[in-house]
Amino acid sequence: MNFKLSKKHSLLQEVFRKFAAKEVEPVAAEVDEREEFPYETVKKLGRYGFMGVPFPKEYGGGGADNLAYAMCVEELSKVCATTGVIVSAHSSLCAAPIFESGTTYQKDKYLSKLAKGEWIGAFGLTEAGAGTDAAMQQTTAVLNGENYILNGTKIFITNADAAHVYIIIAMTDKSKGTRGCSAFIVEKDFPGFSVGKKEKKMGIRGSATCELILEDCVVPKENLLGKEGQGFKIAMKTLDGGRIGIAAQALGIAQGAIDITTVYVKERKQFGKRISQFQNTQFELADMQTTVDAARLLTYRAACFKDAGENYSSQAAMAKLFASEAASDITRRCLQLHGGYGYIREYAIERMMRDAKITEIYEGTSEVQKMVVAAAMKVN
Amino acid sequence: MKIIVCIKQVPDTNEVKLDQETGVLIRDGVPSIINPDDLCGIEAALELKDKYGGHVTVITMGPPQADVALREALAMGCDAAHLISDRLFGGADTWATSKTLSGAIKKLGYDLIITGRQAIDGDTAQVGPQIAEHLGIPQVTYAQEIEKLENENAFVVLRQYEDRYQKIKIKAPALITALSTLNSPRYMSVGGIVAAYDELEVKTITYEDIKDFVEQKDIGLKGSPTRVKKSFTKTAKGKGELHEVPDDEAVEIIINKLKQHYVI
Repeated sequence: MNFKLSKKHSLLQEVFRKFAAKEVEPVAAEVDEREEFPYETVKKLGRYGFMGVPFPKEYGGGGADNLAYAMCVEELSKVCATTGVIVSAHSSLCAAPIFESGTTYQKDKYLSKLAKGEWIGAFGLTEAGAGTDAAMQQTTAVLNGENYILNGTKIFITNADAAHVYIIIAMTDKSKGTRGCSAFIVEKDFPGFSVGKKEKKMGIRGSATCELILEDCVVPKENLLGKEGQGFKIAMKTLDGGRIGIAAQALGIAQGAIDITTVYVKERKQFGKRISQFQNTQFELADMQTTVDAARLLTYRAACFKDAGENYSSQAAMAKLFASEAASDITRRCLQLHGGYGYIREYAIERMMRDAKITEIYEGTSEVQKMVVAAAMKVN
Repeated sequence: MKIIVCIKQVPDTNEVKLDQETGVLIRDGVPSIINPDDLCGIEAALELKDKYGGHVTVITMGPPQADVALREALAMGCDAAHLISDRLFGGADTWATSKTLSGAIKKLGYDLIITGRQAIDGDTAQVGPQIAEHLGIPQVTYAQEIEKLENENAFVVLRQYEDRYQKIKIKAPALITALSTLNSPRYMSVGGIVAAYDELEVKTITYEDIKDFVEQKDIGLKGSPTRVKKSFTKTAKGKGELHEVPDDEAVEIIINKLKQHYVI
């Protein structure tokens, strides 16, 4: 066991931190207020390799690992959870399945653009009737000559109207249930593909969350990801990886909240004292930091398991479960330490508390994470 | 085009504290960074490389810990890095430092040398110009803009003065010292950091490697003519006067003050 970061990882952390402070934090409030996708920031993220951290250099990636990727999402999310999830959904939910299950052709064509940030990626699994019960897919894919024809609607898709390419899960054989699911790489310009209504959300308001509409959408045969019938397996594996990203996002939000609150309580005076001098404040912050450190260890452990090529499904689920619930709890308690000011938009903690909640829901709710952990424990 | 950038690792603060008894900088607990002007030197070299092609080598003289500064430069996109490090180089002032660096630069070969204007810990602005003198090549200090001429091995440099600019054409090989207003240094990239630690190496240059280019009498403490008489922290000036008055009255107050002190 070695809990010290290598020199390489320390330097990576340093650049993620610097970039977040100089390029992301100054626009975070505006991105939230205007509900605008931060295209300019994403362009810069691409330039410095933040959109392809764990992918090999031969495909335009950074050549680092999943630990570095988790640190990247964490540092960005400390100051802007929207930016954190853009990177997470792009990397974990679109680039990763192409890297892990794609053909050489698919990697050359798509991964190389995604890893450099030239293209933005998204992932479409959720449907109106298939949320946590992801196996209830209604979207269909029918092979017709050289193409599959896709029909259906996906909802709550992160990065939807900013993305160039999507991983879409659809049924190729309904009679087989989850074994009848297949995964497809769909470009935004494919005939029959369109982006539907944009959701107005409580938090992560700069990330474009929309419907995807597939109306006789023509997808070339070579864009089938993996084999027919492997779609559900690919989706679940993708979400395992995604959970490391969301755990890192939640971890970042929580640490960011503690960081700004620590500054605030040293400035704010009540009863003739800085509120940091009250033991309640000290105990609250000590307690919260201990929780965040635990969340970080769980998250980094899951990333290291993935890097080591071990089964990390349960570790990722634990990390996401713990970190996301910590983020919700800690942002709420940090807002409390801000008093009335914390409820005002001018203070970042207000945004952080709104941003935190979604981490307990997307890429598997907390309840789903418990199902994954319990299954790994063979409790049934 | 072969560019060499000289950098220095400095403590990350403008307010380094001095040990009151010895007059030596207290470096413990102060994180180290690449000197800001030098960072602009790196960026200038990388921009020239991006535009015209070439090879950028970064060098620093310092203890083994300065390795990190060189790795950061590699992570920004420099092609090679050399740490000039030897016990014999220790205790060098600007003269011995520039002699040592010149020796290493001669060994490495170059078309253009870029240094920062000055380091935030010493503030001398001497090492760059001294290197040019030792090498016998032309130099332009305080560069605000650098452009390479298309068909010749020469550069046009905009040189900043306090009250004016000079536009100077300079033929390679040459040395330029960079101002922090020259550019905004790029960040290290993820791929760059991975390369800096997993793919590239920082090579160490000892005195043995450059002994044909610099004499031992010119290096380290022995080669340093500077003697520090005293180091001290500047004491704060007295509090100024604060007047909150309309513009006209303010002008009058200032004029009277200047007259009082016989400035006008």
